[in-house]
Amino acid sequence: MIQEKRITLKNLGKINPESIDDYINVGGYKAFEKTVGRHHIEIIDEMVKSSLRGRGGAGFSAGLKEKFTSEACLRCEQKYLICNADEGEPGTFKDRIIMENDPHLMLEGMLIAAYAIGASKAYIYIRGEYYKSIDRINKAISAAKEKGIIGKNVFGSAFSVDVEVKLGAGSYLCGEELTLLESLEGKRGYPRIKPPYPAEYGLYGKPTLINNVETLATIPTIIEKGSDWYTSLGTENSPGTKIFTISGDVNKPGYYETEMGITLRELIYELAGGIKDGKAFYAAILGGAAGTFVNESVLDTPMGFDTLKEKGAVLGSGAIMVMSEGRSLFDMTNSILEFFKHESCGKCVPCRIGMPQLLHIMENLKNNKIGRIEALDLLLYESEFMAKSSLCPLGQSPILPIKSLKQYFENEF
Amino acid sequence: MERSEILKQFEPANENMLNILHALQNNNSQNYLSEEDIKIAANYLNTTYSHIYGVVTYYTMFSLKPRGKYIIRVCNSPVCNMENSTKVIEEIKRFLSIEVGETTDDKRFTLELSECLGRCGKAPGMMINEDVIGNLDNVDFKSIFENYN
Ligand SMILES: Cc1cc2nc3c(=O)[nH]c(=O)nc-3n(C[C@H](O)[C@H](O)[C@H](O)COP(=O)(O)O)c2cc1C
Ligand code: SF4
Ligand code: FES
Repeated sequence: MIQEKRITLKNLGKINPESIDDYINVGGYKAFEKTVGRHHIEIIDEMVKSSLRGRGGAGFSAGLKEKFTSEACLRCEQKYLICNADEGEPGTFKDRIIMENDPHLMLEGMLIAAYAIGASKAYIYIRGEYYKSIDRINKAISAAKEKGIIGKNVFGSAFSVDVEVKLGAGSYLCGEELTLLESLEGKRGYPRIKPPYPAEYGLYGKPTLINNVETLATIPTIIEKGSDWYTSLGTENSPGTKIFTISGDVNKPGYYETEMGITLRELIYELAGGIKDGKAFYAAILGGAAGTFVNESVLDTPMGFDTLKEKGAVLGSGAIMVMSEGRSLFDMTNSILEFFKHESCGKCVPCRIGMPQLLHIMENLKNNKIGRIEALDLLLYESEFMAKSSLCPLGQSPILPIKSLKQYFENEF
Repeated sequence: MERSEILKQFEPANENMLNILHALQNNNSQNYLSEEDIKIAANYLNTTYSHIYGVVTYYTMFSLKPRGKYIIRVCNSPVCNMENSTKVIEEIKRFLSIEVGETTDDKRFTLELSECLGRCGKAPGMMINEDVIGNLDNVDFKSIFENYN
């Protein structure tokens, strides 16, 4: 029987999330205390060796990003650390679970990362609708300030740091790191062109490290137990654990943290209680709206960034939306495309015009003006064009579900 | 609360823009950002009215129109959509006799659609102000809305 393996959810249900003493009693803030006594390069080396990959979706090495940001300038007056808590990818609710249940763990991860790159200022950019998370994080910050864990010369070291919460206001795109920076600077959420990357030119043009909540919440345990321990978990290219959020037609939808390398079959049938109403599995969408459809041929593929990529799929945020037999791929695709159209910011033409165009093709298919095969080819052509010419990753996203439909469901769509 | 009291809680810095707008909107008894709110925010942040106006219109949580005491946000993203959020929206519209974007005559409720609220495990879901209510497929809306006066 497959078991959960909890790192970022290790304290869930075991401590009162509003009590810093509870957190300290289970060993909390020990890793941060140890960190400020070590050279920042040692911390970065440990993180690089851990091979932890960003949990916000792109899977870039967290250690390398720290390294680049730390080396961006020798004597810059200001660097920033930003925790990306804008969680808006459909099907994803892992960051909320961490923030509601163990806000101090995320905060400790932020403090360690801030020390590693030499940032004296850290922000948490959190979506405005996550009221409970906002409340828990604010309480956690106040408690940590009272104990001197956030503030001047923490644990008697030379390191001083401040942490503040900044609210989003209902925009999926603002979770994209460069758009987030614009939003944080008090502007409309229009993406920046990259490069330059945030490590070089981030908030107010200063070197900035942006990490996802789950990424940051993993750091304290890596520092406490070491990178060798961490890499012993998961798979070779995707070490450690991952929170998967399973929704749709399963008996026990919810969040499950397991080692990477678990299969979709194990997640659905052993952890999430199997398919609802005794039906058969039909399809899953991995990674959210900016994700990929897969059929039963992927049920036994180990979940990891590279293993899924080989199958034309993505791990993304860890969202798994399950569809049982009888569900309509057309409806799901339409809903995904509606989502993108709604969240497109309109700054660049290919995406602004392309999103309604994709829905227009769907409409024509629905009204039998074009056939299935023709519709899928048109969708593919249009989304490929968008992927090549759009300014930011949002316009480059519809190709993901569409291409995977063609790969796995060409005859059924 | 006086607007000046609210502004005092924030440094007049760009990174506080959205926090300030949220605070002003929450303080407005009609749940929106009035011309006066925007003017005062622009003045405080030392920027133009049009800059703030542009920010307000970008973000879906802000409104330039007066709204009800309670904002109902029904999720219509893929998971909730698959679990019949369309039916939920129709039922709420019928129950409150308003369309999406409108406010009830008694100024209690405004109905809005939202993208994924991060409650996909309990789809279909919605929020009423800060409360989250999931598994809406078979609920009696009367008993839910009764709690909001
Ligand atoms: C449209 C869009 C929305 C995104 N939303 C989020 C989000 O809500 N949270 C998040 O952590 N990353 C989000 N990302 C990914 C970020 O751009 C970025 O890769 C991530 O925050 C980096 O953190 P990590 O390296 O720890 O994964 C989004 C990306 C795109 C293109
Ligand atoms: S691709 Fe879409 S979301 Fe991105 S900048 Fe262009 S219009 Fe905006
Ligand atoms: S899709 Fe509705 S809450 Fe996530």
